[in-house]
Amino acid sequence: MASKVTSAVMRQGLRVLGVAVRTEKAVFALAVLASAVYGGMTVASAWALGWATENVVLPAFAEGRVGAGALWAGAGFILGTALLKALGVAGRRILAGVMQYRMQARSRRDVTKQYLRLPLSWHHRHPTGQLLSNASADAEAAWAPLAPLPMAVGVIVMLVTAAVAMVFTDLVLALVGFLIFPAIAVLNLVYQRRLSPLATRAQQLRAEVSEIAHESFDGALVVKTLGREDLETERFQRRAHELRDANIAVGRVRGLFDPMLEALPTLGVLAVLAVGAMRLSGGAIGSGDLVQVAYLFTLLAFPIRALGWVLAELPRSVVGWQRVQAVLDATGSMDYGTREAAAQEAGPAALEVRGVSYAYGEAEVLHDVAFEVPAGRTVAIVGPTGAGKSTLVQLLVRLVDPDRGAVLLDGADLRELAYGAVASSAALVPQQTFLFDDTVRGNVALNLDTPDEDVWAALRLAQADGFVARLPEGLDTRVGERGASLSGGQRQRVALARAVVRRPRLLVLDDATSSVDPQVEAKILYGLRDAAEASTVVVVAYRMATIALADEVVYLDHGRVVDRGPHEELIERCAGYRNLVTAYEREEAERAAIEVAGVTGEELEEEIEKEIAGEEEEVSA
Amino acid sequence: MTVQGIHGNAERSALATVRQGLSLTPEFRKGLGVTLALAVVATVGKIIVPIAVQQTIDQGLKSGRPDVAYITWAVVVCAAAVLLTALAAYVMNVRLYKATESSLATLRVRGFRHVHDLSVLTQNSERRGALVSRVTNDIDQISSFMQWGGLMIIVSLGQLFVATVLMLVYSWQLTLLVWICFIPLMIALPRFQRLLSRAYTVVRERTGDMLAAVSESVVGAAVIRAYAAERRTAERVDKAVNANRAAQTRAQTIVGFVFPLTEIVAAVAIAGIVLLGVRLGLSGDISQGRLVAFLFLVTLFVSPLQTATEVLNEAQNAVAGWRRILGVLDTPPDVADPGPKGVELPRGPISVAFEDVDFAYPGGAPVLREVSVRIPPRSRVAIVGETGSGKTTFAKLLTRLMDPVAGRVTVDGHDLRDVRFSSLRERIVMVPQDGFLFDGTLEQNIRYGKPSATREEIALALTELGLADWLEGLPAGLDTPVGQRGESLSAGERQLVALARAYLADPDLLLLDEATSAVDPATEVRLARALEGVTRGRTAVSIAHRLSTAENADEVLVFDAGRLVQRGPHAELVGQPGVYADLHASWVSAARS
Repeated sequence: MASKVTSAVMRQGLRVLGVAVRTEKAVFALAVLASAVYGGMTVASAWALGWATENVVLPAFAEGRVGAGALWAGAGFILGTALLKALGVAGRRILAGVMQYRMQARSRRDVTKQYLRLPLSWHHRHPTGQLLSNASADAEAAWAPLAPLPMAVGVIVMLVTAAVAMVFTDLVLALVGFLIFPAIAVLNLVYQRRLSPLATRAQQLRAEVSEIAHESFDGALVVKTLGREDLETERFQRRAHELRDANIAVGRVRGLFDPMLEALPTLGVLAVLAVGAMRLSGGAIGSGDLVQVAYLFTLLAFPIRALGWVLAELPRSVVGWQRVQAVLDATGSMDYGTREAAAQEAGPAALEVRGVSYAYGEAEVLHDVAFEVPAGRTVAIVGPTGAGKSTLVQLLVRLVDPDRGAVLLDGADLRELAYGAVASSAALVPQQTFLFDDTVRGNVALNLDTPDEDVWAALRLAQADGFVARLPEGLDTRVGERGASLSGGQRQRVALARAVVRRPRLLVLDDATSSVDPQVEAKILYGLRDAAEASTVVVVAYRMATIALADEVVYLDHGRVVDRGPHEELIERCAGYRNLVTAYEREEAERAAIEVAGVTGEELEEEIEKEIAGEEEEVSA
Repeated sequence: MTVQGIHGNAERSALATVRQGLSLTPEFRKGLGVTLALAVVATVGKIIVPIAVQQTIDQGLKSGRPDVAYITWAVVVCAAAVLLTALAAYVMNVRLYKATESSLATLRVRGFRHVHDLSVLTQNSERRGALVSRVTNDIDQISSFMQWGGLMIIVSLGQLFVATVLMLVYSWQLTLLVWICFIPLMIALPRFQRLLSRAYTVVRERTGDMLAAVSESVVGAAVIRAYAAERRTAERVDKAVNANRAAQTRAQTIVGFVFPLTEIVAAVAIAGIVLLGVRLGLSGDISQGRLVAFLFLVTLFVSPLQTATEVLNEAQNAVAGWRRILGVLDTPPDVADPGPKGVELPRGPISVAFEDVDFAYPGGAPVLREVSVRIPPRSRVAIVGETGSGKTTFAKLLTRLMDPVAGRVTVDGHDLRDVRFSSLRERIVMVPQDGFLFDGTLEQNIRYGKPSATREEIALALTELGLADWLEGLPAGLDTPVGQRGESLSAGERQLVALARAYLADPDLLLLDEATSAVDPATEVRLARALEGVTRGRTAVSIAHRLSTAENADEVLVFDAGRLVQRGPHAELVGQPGVYADLHASWVSAARS
């Protein structure tokens, strides 16, 4: 059974290699040609040596003199074959690299294009780490056998040439070769098959050790503040010791097979000498022939292993290729309509959410959500943690499509708009800020060709002009991977500037100023309201200051719109909303009252419990 | 106080680095002599073939007719020698793997532990990825060098040595010729290695760029779609991928040209041997068997020189790896555990005192100046101040994540520096603002606060904190996976878990650094009340980000520009003109505008 699986893997592996060969026909053909030159010349170099022995060395000792012609011809043969062989080696190595790296790069580009093409809902279903390794490690593994492939093909040429050469030299000596070389090839194959699972396991453990170290150092503050260094060291040590044992297991196999693979051709040469001596005494061959065959054995011993290398890489290659292919085969894309953005319609956009439902897999998180935002108005979406606010916001700018219902911008279903039309009208500032490893200017302008004055104006509106001006290179300062060189609040403000620089007709803010000081946040919000190009604004918020700016509030709980209307009305009639937004004030008022009444600690606790119970009743009511 | 960066150790010489590195791994040195002796035996095996060829031609074929019996005898002896050397190689390999892997595993774990023992400041002076490399890639480089490169150096030098000795026995003239041919190549090798090493460095950098570019298309998926920046991102990725490919191809091209050079030199040597050897033979200075044996001996020069650039490259990487891991181990934990001779604090309410405490980051301006304050046991203290006023520094000094530059911090009258870490961490626990979670379930993360806790205790802790409802709302309850760094949960939920984790640890002093800032107001209020109940009888210090925390505290500490400027109960402070009154006013306006 196991061998069946393996041969299936081998067949698949050869198919993967076939893909590469068809894609890079020219490079592969040249690489094989170079490798064939190398293979042929390896055999020829042994022949040259044999020729020189037979026609130069032995006559010289036998006859005490040597012809200058034969002498120089011998030297010429040796040098000529070596030069051609060297050229073959260089060509084979370089071209194999060109092919391998081209295929890797191609897979990486294709996979990334898929990442950019596939809808966000697909991204939600696949962990980040997996997607990253598809583009890096898997793309690398898929095409790893291409490195030794041309050499392996060259070795086959070499073996055929050597077989022919040996048969022509002497059939009996050739038989020794026919015994030894297949034995080396088989031994190496067994070696690689035994090694491969062990090496994979060691590789896997190496990744796990690295993961533990990463996580543990990332959480160093938690480890320290709870004094869990021993626990962490134990966790790391357990895996490190598993890795040690796995590496030793690899070492045992290597330690066993490497010397055997080295000894086998040496024993072959010795066999050639023993058999050759008998053939010599029979007069079937000359001494030069003996030297040639013996030399050939020493030359062939190493390259013949290339066959094993290719075969050993195949299982890993198949897995890598399948993973890459799974991404490339993934279906599902966001289809776009043909309606262009209503560019002529300057000014704020009107938004309507019509009976929208959305589920992550089985779990529906939005149920029949409906509300509209008239052009130029500001609506706050308020609700407790986990109410579905961030999901709703993603629907508003068509990061995902609703399962039921529709989102309409100026009366047009978002799905009917052309690619880029939503982005040119609406801008979202998400809760989790993402900055590109680019300059401040690049992060704000992105694909637009925005003049610097406009970038600065947007930064000013986002209260980011001050710190950007103080950066060492101003707008040209690179912010590092994911904006690592900036603080959380600074990143949020750059992300905000990115949205406002587009003068969006609809601006969607998902708790986008949570890391900004309240005073700065107030300035930003007033600035946005007073900006010349008025936008329609949808804002997710907890803070009263933010809510107060809204013309209307949509109160969301458990994925449903519980109530909507102006803040003053909602606070009167909607218990859940009142509880949420006035939590701090009520608490404060109660405390004041309790202090006045001079109640004791226990009484206070009872009060609180009653209050909590009351709240819950109200909410469930 | 000294600068806390991790030592670079660039000045230490390569030899000193390796020597010191080896001194840290006694497992490696144990039995090394036997291993090396076996390596020598294995190496000697390489000259069996040339000797056999020479014996066959000179002795076996001496009389013109082959002496089959002699040749058979010689071949059998040689075959036995081959098997013996193979056995020696096997035993040597296994010994070497065991010794290196055991010693490097020890070094890995030591390095890991040491990173955790370093102070927060030192840890933060280095990128996380770089710290991880010290216990992963750097060790792997050393290991691959010890098992291959280092062994190759010994085997290669041995091979060159025994080949040369045998050559000298056969003919000093031809030996000289061979060495003259190979010496220019040997001189050029380090140059090639530098070329190659630079090319590999470029490859590593480009690979990093490529991975970063690809990761943007995944991590930034939402933003890219929201701004229709797909094409721009694709162009950036293509550029990075192609730059990486170009760098790889360039490195491979250098290898492709350098590698076959040895073969050409060997061919020149062989041709030279034939030309000169024949002349020596004519004058009777060499036998024909010895001459032919020379042709085989030259092949022993090829593989050491072919692999030399790679070996040198590995050696360089390994020394760099040693330097980096030694750099970690040589960096003293500047906030050190006093160990067994330190003070054990008894359980019970904790009092804290700051006595003229100053703090400055290395090379920076003071961030805390002359802070003196006493926090009595069982008191509830709120710390307020603007961003950068020194609140978090105060918290870090109180939990001894850092030590003061001047003055001292005491708990129950003991200088914090004298208190054992095991005791300190058990009694004083801080909940940082960013609730870091480990990849696992909710239960596993909360249990991190008290490894012996049962599932019931964990559920009870959540109930006591008023979080039972939240827990019920989760799809898998306590078994809900939190994802890497807890990213499957919202920022607010992560904070809830972090808080539960700290509460389960049952400390006598709980320090909250804006620990509920991302939680929704209703939950936060409920949590604050629950905390008030459960911290009764303990000392509680909160860095406040909203009004009510300060209003409910027994005492408010007001920080401004690194100084403790006001202290007292809220009711008292709010009436006085000053920093607190201003802060209070801005909070009130933000909450009620």
